[in-house]
Amino acid sequence: MPEGAQVRDVEVLVVGGGPAGLAAAAASRRAGARVVLLEGGDDVGGQYWRHLPADRPATAEERLHHGWATFVRLRRTLADDPGCQVLTGASVWAVEPGAGPAGGPAAAPGAGALVVRVLVTPAGAADAPGRQHLALRPAALVVATGAHDLTLPFPGWDLPGVVTGGAAQAFAKSERLAVGERVVVAGAGPFLLPVASSLLATGARVLEVAEAAGPAQLARGWGAHPQRLAAGPGVLVDKARELAGYVAALATARVPYRIATGVVAARGEGRVEEVVLARLDATWAPVPGTERVLAADALAASHGFTPRLEVALAAGCAVAGSGAGAGFVAVDAHGATSVPGVWAAGEVTGIGGADAALVEGALAGLAAAATTSGAEVERLLRRRRVLRAFADRLAAAHAPRRGWLAQVSDETVVCRCEEVTAGRLRSVAQATASAVDTPAGSRSLRLTTRAGLGPCQGRICGHAVDAVLGRSTPSTPSDPSTACARPQVSHQRRPLAVPVRLGELADLPPTIPTTSPTTGRPDPEENLT
Amino acid sequence: MSAKRIDPARDVARTATAEPVTITVDGESVTGVRGQSIAGVVMAAGGSASTGGALRRTAGAGSPRGVFCGIGVCFDCLVTVDGVRDVRACQRRAVEGAVVTTQAEGLPTRVERGEGEHRA
Repeated sequence: MPEGAQVRDVEVLVVGGGPAGLAAAAASRRAGARVVLLEGGDDVGGQYWRHLPADRPATAEERLHHGWATFVRLRRTLADDPGCQVLTGASVWAVEPGAGPAGGPAAAPGAGALVVRVLVTPAGAADAPGRQHLALRPAALVVATGAHDLTLPFPGWDLPGVVTGGAAQAFAKSERLAVGERVVVAGAGPFLLPVASSLLATGARVLEVAEAAGPAQLARGWGAHPQRLAAGPGVLVDKARELAGYVAALATARVPYRIATGVVAARGEGRVEEVVLARLDATWAPVPGTERVLAADALAASHGFTPRLEVALAAGCAVAGSGAGAGFVAVDAHGATSVPGVWAAGEVTGIGGADAALVEGALAGLAAAATTSGAEVERLLRRRRVLRAFADRLAAAHAPRRGWLAQVSDETVVCRCEEVTAGRLRSVAQATASAVDTPAGSRSLRLTTRAGLGPCQGRICGHAVDAVLGRSTPSTPSDPSTACARPQVSHQRRPLAVPVRLGELADLPPTIPTTSPTTGRPDPEENLT
Repeated sequence: MSAKRIDPARDVARTATAEPVTITVDGESVTGVRGQSIAGVVMAAGGSASTGGALRRTAGAGSPRGVFCGIGVCFDCLVTVDGVRDVRACQRRAVEGAVVTTQAEGLPTRVERGEGEHRA
């Protein structure tokens, strides 16, 4: 029987090798469970500890990171532990209800009832055909898939040289490559600071850091409920030190940091040559007449993060519909999702940074190994409360406001893959105005315009398409205190969690139990042996 | 003016001087260093590559596109590597001798056929 033809039982399966996933795996091991950790990239560390490959060593790599010693310790602990298997190049492409053990009757919903399908690539060979199939049936599943940048569209954001903050970070940290020589960093949130700092450490000149949030929004967000932070200043010391480090790096390099400022256009012949910045009002709408043109060869733009929900949604986890965590996987303090036997931790449950991800990962890892009480859990729960309170104010201080839509001219490409402009979306939406708010209407709109149907499957444009078609129009910005609605999850539901080549589907080992497409339950006609 | 690898002599991280890796992009030789992604090699080559640092052209408007998300999510950097289409250049490691072709296909066009003309 070829390898991969059998469904392999796993005690705790962790998906994602960033701070949350690493902490979860280590915690499950401390609680005595055997662990398999799946990482899609060539090495663990996630985007936060994205680092140089083994064949290009550096003797002072810790200078590019915060908490590097924590990462090295976690990675070594897991690598040296025979009870933990770390699989790199491993992408989960489907999670489906599986049969009970040994081909018996279907298991009850929840723990042990899911089959996780994985494709494994050799190191460095991303997207090579003929990846190896693997099917795992975890007794407990921890989803720690993280998040990616959310960039609000503006004219010219599809020009080469315009990248996300995450891209600038990734190339700086893992290739020691600056995305440009004269770079503008723009968007919203504290993440802009490490992006600028990494670019400086990679030899680029950072012309300006432009933060969209204005003084009122920043003060309201950061200043709210100070008593909630007072409980845990110790927990936040590391965080404060990290931010202070970035600010110092910017100050040393004399990089201007301007608030209430945003990117309204990128221009150039074939690539970025100019970046246009403007002052933004409290709704994030550009103030006419305040435009400034900077000669730059790159722009790193990020306005927040989008959770990577594919695996959680495939496992059936509910997503929070309102409140601070709206749009993220709904979890309790231990990371338990709506599906028994499935936990989630880190950025996929709400943007909190690496410190929060480490704490949440540890809680979820312990809970997945049946440990939800004791001194360690109590200590972690206290830390989590403080870090969450910090994350909530951070979200309020930098959350996009609807006025940003004013920068999206009719000619602006919104869906990059299918080159669908805002004008096209608006005119088709107008023609079908009554139906847009219905599921059928939004599907028809997508099929007519093809927005969100390209290779990225709406990962990059989904939120923007929703916003452009949203219930407020750019000419009449809504109440400035109302933050933009979180991305709807409809465009996040994808039949496959990652793209799979047809040949790879054809190569699926036939002896893996498959589910009936109509009932979603194991097909009784299927040969399970 | 383009993306630039930091000189190891100036690097705060004290990276080792890495072995060169040469790939071809649309027939032109481009040299990076071991461990880099195909996207990183092409970006650092900047204007010297015939592609001008872009990795593909779109099907509709024929616009140039380069790296956007850099972490394998946006699929804007798809290239053909050694004859295999749709490889994310930001995720694929550059190996010596890799043959990279940028993808630039137009949209399907309607073919009008005369009466009596049939597909062979």
